[in-house]
Amino acid sequence: MGWTPFVFLSPFLLTFCVFLAYPLYDSAILAFSQTYGPSHSVWVGFANFKNMFQDPDFWTALKNTSLYTLASVTIQLPLALLLALILNQPGLKGRTLFRLIFFLPSLVGLVFVAMMFSLMLGDRDGLVNVFLRSVIPGFPGEFPWLQNYVMASLILASLWMYVGFNMVYFLAALQSVSQDALDAAAIDGANAIQRFWYVILPEIRPVFGFVVLLSLIGSLQLFELPYVLLNGAGPERRGLTLVMYLYQNGFDRNDLGFASAIGWTLAILLMGLALVQRRLSRNE
Amino acid sequence: MNDAAQIRKRKELFRKGITYAFLLLAAVVTLVPFAWLICASIKDKDVFFQYMFLPVGHGFLGIDWKSLTLEYYKDLFGSTDFNFGRSLLNSIFYASTTATLSTLFCAMGGYALAKFQFKGRETITTMVLGCLIIPGSLLLAPSYQLLYHLGLLDSYAGLILPALAPAFGIYLFRQSMLNSVPTDLLEAARIDGCGEYRIFFTVVLPLVRPMIGAFLLITFLGCWNNFIGPQIIFQTPEKYPLAVEIAQLKGLYSTNYGLLMAGTAISVAPVMILFLFLQKEFIAGLTSGAVKG
Repeated sequence: MGWTPFVFLSPFLLTFCVFLAYPLYDSAILAFSQTYGPSHSVWVGFANFKNMFQDPDFWTALKNTSLYTLASVTIQLPLALLLALILNQPGLKGRTLFRLIFFLPSLVGLVFVAMMFSLMLGDRDGLVNVFLRSVIPGFPGEFPWLQNYVMASLILASLWMYVGFNMVYFLAALQSVSQDALDAAAIDGANAIQRFWYVILPEIRPVFGFVVLLSLIGSLQLFELPYVLLNGAGPERRGLTLVMYLYQNGFDRNDLGFASAIGWTLAILLMGLALVQRRLSRNE
Repeated sequence: MNDAAQIRKRKELFRKGITYAFLLLAAVVTLVPFAWLICASIKDKDVFFQYMFLPVGHGFLGIDWKSLTLEYYKDLFGSTDFNFGRSLLNSIFYASTTATLSTLFCAMGGYALAKFQFKGRETITTMVLGCLIIPGSLLLAPSYQLLYHLGLLDSYAGLILPALAPAFGIYLFRQSMLNSVPTDLLEAARIDGCGEYRIFFTVVLPLVRPMIGAFLLITFLGCWNNFIGPQIIFQTPEKYPLAVEIAQLKGLYSTNYGLLMAGTAISVAPVMILFLFLQKEFIAGLTSGAVKG
């Protein structure tokens, strides 16, 4: 046997060393350097971080990203769970077909979703406004989503895209909830909400934690959707996100050092949130 | 007694009605943007905003067929101002090469971690798990610098090489090998004198076939939809994959809606078709990491 496992692992080990470990080490150095393009860099200590924290754009990006992330977790996930619970009812016909349909939008890349929504959110004749006008009486004839309601637009597009994706995870988790336990609870007089809270929720908690984590990682790194939808940061930078801020500094302004400092800030934020999430899901 | 049973039955029926009505509504909301996209890509300029979906008229099925056109699709592939056809080929090449190779390499790596006892196994497994929490955007700037020094900027090698053995795939295959490859079977094959590499290809791979299907599709999708990577790496427009090309077109032809939607439709269709073939494996593979832990 001897070397066999290492032969099998060699592609991973090789790409790990070259394209992960080294860049990771390099990014730590870059974060403390002032650079112009890929080949000029000078050590500047904490200057990048200092400049970043003094840059109002950073705080705008942080605010927008946090808002979007909060919305993803508090709107998207409950909707996904609700849809999963409905689909999981015993005796429901067409479950596989519904699951397939709801899942479809998550296959569309963010760039292409942005392309579709850039027209569907048109202020007068966009599909969304035409629909809302026909459902809500008195809905204004003109509703400038992409000018004045940037965050709402982003949240709307991501709802279409991700609710079904998250639902698939919840639905898989619900398979492990025993129908006997639910029936027993019902006979003991537990209503639907109590059954959900005391029987279903404890059973799906691990998957719930996993989905929250996935959602956090995805939302905090939002970039393509606003970048293509708004052709950049959008009016008054209302669509500026942390990764867009990173992209603009690193690749429009060619400052890879500053971009690395932003990258590390994002990474620390993400790991912090992951730790908090883990703590929370363990304690209860 | 009879009354009570009837009331319960009626309640049940009512509940069912509400359930299906809700699901149907949700399905319509989900599907309408797709239908709208296709309609938008074949509607003539003159009636583009006049009708939400297809133009109404006196033709067959009440549709004004004369206002429909395939002009946008012809323009997409015929125009010399941009390279849409080339981008489509680029995307197919990029996504299928990366998907095939990384599925093979991840299966190999996952197999080694799941089924071999060797010094360093724990360390490597921890490394794999560690990789999972590193956000990709942290690596953008240093990877750009690395590719610059390796001379791999503006090349598909620069895009594909770093993605050949993602930790996420190693982890998925490790889980799937632990669950579905019996160690006894491997021992039996070894006693029969079967070489390690033959065992891997003829015994192990067929056992994890669902995961292979799922991971192929996951990677294909990831590459097909990848934007930030190629956006940073490529300078030559002929090398752009679809995601980058479409974003460029949006900047250049911001008011040629039909053209933009035709391009989007062509970009979305292949992954939809692929998914319909592999959907069972895909969803099972996607959720296996989470559910089995």
